[in-house]
Amino acid sequence: MKKILFAFTFCTSIVFFAGCNSNPTKDDFSTEEQTTETPTSTENGNPSYDPKRGEGKFTKIDVAATLDVAMATSGEKVSGVKCSSCHKMTDEKLVGPGWKGVTTRRTPEWIMNFITNTDAMIDKDPAAQAQLEICLVRMPNQSLSDDDARHLLEFMRKNDGVK
Amino acid sequence: MKNINIKLIATISVVIILAMNACKPKNAGSAVSGDAAKKTYVAPGKYDEFYNFVSGGFSGQMSVYGLPSGRLLRVIPVFSVDPEKSWGYSEETKPMLNTSHGFVPWDDLHHTEMSQTNGEIDGRWVFGNANNTPRVARIDLKTFRTAEIIELPNSAGNHSSPFITENTEYVVAGTRFSVPSDNANGDVAINTYKQNFKGYLSFISVGKEDGKMDIAFQIECPGVNFDLSHAGKGKSHGWFFFSCYNTEQANTLLEVNASQKDKDFIMAVNWKKAEEYLKAGKGKKVPVKYAHNTYSDETHSATSEIKTEVTVLSAKELKDICYFIPCPKSPHGCDVDPTGEYIVGSGKLAALIPVFSFDKLQKAIADKAYDGDFDGIPVIKYEAALYGEVKKPGLGPLHTEFDGKGNAYTTFFVSSEVVKWNIKDLKVLDRVPTYYSVGHLCIPGGDSKKPNAKFLIAYNKITKDRYLPTGPELAQSAQLFDISGDKMQLILDFPTIGEPHYAQAVSADLIKNNQVKIFKIDENKNPYVAKGEGESKVVRQGNKVHVYMTSIRSHFSPDNIEGIKLGDEVYFHVTNLEQDWDVPHGFAIKGANNAELLIMPGETQTLKWVPDRVGMFPMYCTDFCSALHQEMQGYVRVSPAGSNVPLTFSLGKTVPEATK
Repeated sequence: MKKILFAFTFCTSIVFFAGCNSNPTKDDFSTEEQTTETPTSTENGNPSYDPKRGEGKFTKIDVAATLDVAMATSGEKVSGVKCSSCHKMTDEKLVGPGWKGVTTRRTPEWIMNFITNTDAMIDKDPAAQAQLEICLVRMPNQSLSDDDARHLLEFMRKNDGVK
Repeated sequence: MKNINIKLIATISVVIILAMNACKPKNAGSAVSGDAAKKTYVAPGKYDEFYNFVSGGFSGQMSVYGLPSGRLLRVIPVFSVDPEKSWGYSEETKPMLNTSHGFVPWDDLHHTEMSQTNGEIDGRWVFGNANNTPRVARIDLKTFRTAEIIELPNSAGNHSSPFITENTEYVVAGTRFSVPSDNANGDVAINTYKQNFKGYLSFISVGKEDGKMDIAFQIECPGVNFDLSHAGKGKSHGWFFFSCYNTEQANTLLEVNASQKDKDFIMAVNWKKAEEYLKAGKGKKVPVKYAHNTYSDETHSATSEIKTEVTVLSAKELKDICYFIPCPKSPHGCDVDPTGEYIVGSGKLAALIPVFSFDKLQKAIADKAYDGDFDGIPVIKYEAALYGEVKKPGLGPLHTEFDGKGNAYTTFFVSSEVVKWNIKDLKVLDRVPTYYSVGHLCIPGGDSKKPNAKFLIAYNKITKDRYLPTGPELAQSAQLFDISGDKMQLILDFPTIGEPHYAQAVSADLIKNNQVKIFKIDENKNPYVAKGEGESKVVRQGNKVHVYMTSIRSHFSPDNIEGIKLGDEVYFHVTNLEQDWDVPHGFAIKGANNAELLIMPGETQTLKWVPDRVGMFPMYCTDFCSALHQEMQGYVRVSPAGSNVPLTFSLGKTVPEATK
């Protein structure tokens, strides 16, 4: 069924070659003009979709063995404004999944891509789609800067016990 | 492939139209030719080519349409309250409708005018006038919201407004109803019009960068009715032209008494000269009272300041600012062609159109070719300023716009048509009927130096049989004409809100890429913002209770509040924590005597609520926000006055914890 759907979408996107905006629901408001579904390459030239890395601008994040306390503190502040309404620090689901253990489940690149390129990832990434089936609320794009995203990652690492 | 689709649809539409025509009696519908559908069809998901900013007339608002489709894109609340958008209901927006008369919830918005640079529309702001309680509003086209409203002292019926000079140096406002000035005794017999009533023209300066408005000066003129106006441009930059009627100075039954004279006037104002007098200290500072309201996108709230002084220049004493040009029969429209040389006056009761020449006007002034004066203002000899007359163009000319190719298009109310004529030889080239009784018209950039003359829109005063009937009150109506060829071609009817008066249109490219999509939560300076759920709280100050509330898909924080007592005033300060485009949240609570809130991402808005009875009051999000939108709700418990239920608030706990 999924294959048929995909084939249909693909044909439609050829007919209306200007773009295939996968029916935007009220939750689906990409700040990008159009999201083109090109399964073989990404914006930054990544050859094929890597479910470990996700899709987005971050290809390689260097993470130290120890915690960057300053970054983690800044990340905690960002979280207070933009994330903690929906995510708990424990493994308990609120609106979205709890953050406990997220840095061991996902790579730093995946996390940073997901929180900055949310709509594209939800449309494509199998793990993100599986979460959507559980939570039923598409995670909003919270317009995080690159620094915000990196600091949040550090805060998540702190939450997972990195010292 | 796409083209084929459009062609196919167009063909089908044509077939349908032809089929309909075949079994319909000949009437107005048959005036539409076969390719109209193709010219106005904008496929789903595609953008219109033009924005059209249309006055909402007695709705007090401004509407935005896409052209050529005629689709309504937005109604911008300006001078009237709008409960849907909490305009005039939220604590933050109430000051925008403040005036020297207090809070005024309604007005009559007649004309729209877009800001210009070098005589071309620059897409930054659009202005609107309030006709009843005289004001001018500036709308920011990055947010499509009203950013500023300024009241006009010494005025009544601000009609010849908000027309602008070619670099938006000034927005003008002329009084339609002359009245005794604000600081004179207004308690006089009405029939003392000639002695006591004056007409004031206001020149409102506009900040080059921020658009901030300020009344630079007013010109005191004889008491007549100032009707419409347009600025000179190019060679006539530095001049402004106002049509005047009731030069009979009648104060009753104007329908008859203000139509006695064969000619009224167009008043030419040398505003550069007025500026010189102002600099030379010739203005009189006069005590008045008027409101100046501004909205900040940083604090997400408005402030209203009452100002108490205005500088007035006397047209009678300062001899060379104002000149009257005779113009036949109660002139209405006063329009200047793209070169700035020709000024077209339109006498409502005339059967010809006089065209005046700026060069001849200058020569007449130099030669003092006057026909006496009117209340101390020189009256220039009609022939001395006249370029020529368009003979027998139609009945009741009202307004003229230009195509930049040497042609003018004038509306005729009485004979219900638009007439195209050549400015140079004054010959009529084409005429089309309108349905019915057209008032204003608009060509994109049609009153600027650079018209983009693809379309013409006629704004009609009578709709009668054009749409499905809806009882005694019918839809207001606009009609779109293709004017790219020699002949005007009617291609679309579309209904409008209120009564459409003047409108402006501009290529969408100038505006669509400058849109604010969200307000950054980090930059929110509202004093009651809650930046994150950690900052949400409920604070009691006497009988005032402030709820610092947040909303995000899909819950409020807090969503359970207890300890509100009868006699309390509750202020819900709702911050939308979303940071993504097109995710507003709404807020409503049962029994509120005002409206809902509609809060854009990153914004804080406040609803005042005074509970009127003891009980349980649900609140909820009014704007469908996610699959769990219906779950976005909460409760407020109201106890009797003097109850000892403690003030508590919570989210996600069934038993509220005590307030810290």
